[in-house]
Amino acid sequence: MKIIDKKQLAPGIVQFLVEAPLIAEKAEPGNFIILRHKEEGERIPLTIADFDREQGTITLVCQGIGKSTQEINEMQKGEAFLDLLGPLGIAYPIKKVGTVACVAGGLGVAPLYPKAKALHQAGNRVLSMIGAQRKEMLIMTEEMTAVSDQISFSTDDGSFGHHGFVTDLLRQTLEKEDVQEIVAVGPVPMMAAAVKVAKEFKVPIVVSLNALMIDGTGMCGGCRVTVGGETKFCCVDGPAFDGALVDFKELMSRQRYYHEQEQEALHRCRLEEAGK
Amino acid sequence: MREQMPKQDPQLRRKNFDEVALGFTSTQAQAEAKRCLNCKKPLCVQGCPVEINIPKFIMQLAEGDPEAALATIKEKNSLPAICGRVCPQENQCEKLCILGRKGEPIAIGALERYSADWGRAHQSDEPVQKVEATKGKVAVIGSGPAGLTAAADLAQMGYQVTVFESLHAPGGVLQYGIPEFRLPKEIVEYEVKNLAKLGVEIKTNYLIGKTLTLNELFDQGYQASFVGTGAGLPYFLGIPGENLNGVYSANEFLTRVNLMKAYKFPEYDTPIRLGQRVAVVGAGNVAMDAARTALRLGAEEVSIVYRRSREEMPARLEEIENAEEEGVIFRLLTNPLRLEGNEDGDVTTMVCQKMALGEADASGRRRPVPIPDSEFELPVDTVVIAIGQGPNPILLQGTEGLALNKWGYIEVDPETQMTSIPGVFAGGDIVTGAATVIAAMGAGKKAARAIDRYLTEKEQ
Repeated sequence: MKIIDKKQLAPGIVQFLVEAPLIAEKAEPGNFIILRHKEEGERIPLTIADFDREQGTITLVCQGIGKSTQEINEMQKGEAFLDLLGPLGIAYPIKKVGTVACVAGGLGVAPLYPKAKALHQAGNRVLSMIGAQRKEMLIMTEEMTAVSDQISFSTDDGSFGHHGFVTDLLRQTLEKEDVQEIVAVGPVPMMAAAVKVAKEFKVPIVVSLNALMIDGTGMCGGCRVTVGGETKFCCVDGPAFDGALVDFKELMSRQRYYHEQEQEALHRCRLEEAGK
Repeated sequence: MREQMPKQDPQLRRKNFDEVALGFTSTQAQAEAKRCLNCKKPLCVQGCPVEINIPKFIMQLAEGDPEAALATIKEKNSLPAICGRVCPQENQCEKLCILGRKGEPIAIGALERYSADWGRAHQSDEPVQKVEATKGKVAVIGSGPAGLTAAADLAQMGYQVTVFESLHAPGGVLQYGIPEFRLPKEIVEYEVKNLAKLGVEIKTNYLIGKTLTLNELFDQGYQASFVGTGAGLPYFLGIPGENLNGVYSANEFLTRVNLMKAYKFPEYDTPIRLGQRVAVVGAGNVAMDAARTALRLGAEEVSIVYRRSREEMPARLEEIENAEEEGVIFRLLTNPLRLEGNEDGDVTTMVCQKMALGEADASGRRRPVPIPDSEFELPVDTVVIAIGQGPNPILLQGTEGLALNKWGYIEVDPETQMTSIPGVFAGGDIVTGAATVIAAMGAGKKAARAIDRYLTEKEQ
């Protein structure tokens, strides 16, 4: 659970290389872990962005949004997380299907990367598209380039690559390429938009969901999502689902439910700091 | 007259998370113990799933010797401070007490609690007599009541025991499920520490089925394993609107508060969002725990919504009375039909239907039947679904060759608790479906004996 290395990927986004031999031994693309950084911390689910069985390490990417995640990102090389549980969730099935479009928005690159890497290794033609708000928020571009046959970028403000949404890139790709499968990971509105495009072109799409959860082992049911009219638990039935079947509207509203509390915790935290 | 255990005043306690029942004083304990007739053929013992020599420990209390009483209890029960608090004694030992025929039975549970608390106050630094581990390695999966009991018994038989727990704190339901005001976590930690003194190793953050598979444990040198993973998968009602915001499973609601300490937010980072009007669906102990927790978190109105009548409520009478005293409203013979929400997706209304009791069903309980045109709307901001739990699928799916019954629970030999995989035993809720702490402990005990027999025979 020791932090072996730490790298600032973008403002507010940190990559950790963590010593976790047991988890590294079993990790597969699509798995995630639950991390608690200290006694008072929340249980934070983070995707396993990469793993090295020989070194016994896993790579985690954390965006500082709430109090716990901001504190996690302040932790230094040599320090250790208090708890690390995993690998959790169902691994993403890697098959050779031909050409796969890998689409990520924002932090979604972290969960996408191990899938793209494995798909590439399995002999698929990997066409990657990565979007972010602005150039400095684009992360893991080198890693993604290394496992992609083609890669393109988009930024909301036009500071790098295509000026616009990453789903525009997806549309352009589907117009000229014969794509057998799409993998899309990112903010819920982005995934919902990608699914819309995929449906238009009648290409199957898999999305990876990051619902709110506590235990990550099927116990709390907080991460439930409606998929094809049925309630599924993101932690044990997912996190990857057939995008065409996911109720994104419900997911978006469930993601929002704890926003106020998150802000309150952060606000108090800043007040305490100001008082020091 | 049976001694009454002092309790915190309802008006005070509904605002704090401190323990509700305060325990007997030494005078009370002795007076109560002296009522015991010390029957020649004690019926109470027959009602105890872990076979405590009840009359013996009560006589020791009557003589003013709690140390001896605790030693007697511990011969059979490794978690007395917990059992003294959460066992349904009224349906077990106390139900069979001869004094109960004409008057009130001996308060066996309260006396067990008194003995255990005496030990906690006076013996906490004393070393425990440790048995040398010479008989081999056994893995225990899950650190709930079944697992802890099996681990303690196996350690005392001379096995080297490792307990694997998926959460970050041991105790299972004792940790995440039962609230502080009914079972202080300090007590769970104390009992777990005693286990460590016996030489049991507890590995947290270890999910068998994922971090390691059950079969890999054999490769790691464990000669047998005991699966006590409980019934941890929450059931929902399957009615429209159940995924609206503000609708929790009892597991999520209680885990946020108990394990993650959301009642101390923002000192602890995990929040719990709670409205002013809370409806808890179900009427078991878990439902009472959730309702009373909601009151303590500051909800204005908390009600239990249950489709049958008071008679059929599965919760312990004591817990129902506690909830009532604290101001929980009971909406009985009321069945939720659907949940409705606002434009943000937050729950606002529970549409219910009034029920009446009809003919008895297969279980012998009178079946609730809907009263026509009785639909009404209950305004709610938070709904907690506490209608039971099923088996958690992680370990079961990750284990080849493990036979399950038609409900998805593990199938075991009723004599030995052994599963379809030789050397793998199971017990507690993962075998029987959601039941009580003490029933799980009884299963853990039985399995420990069977594991010992199995390994001893194998050795020969």
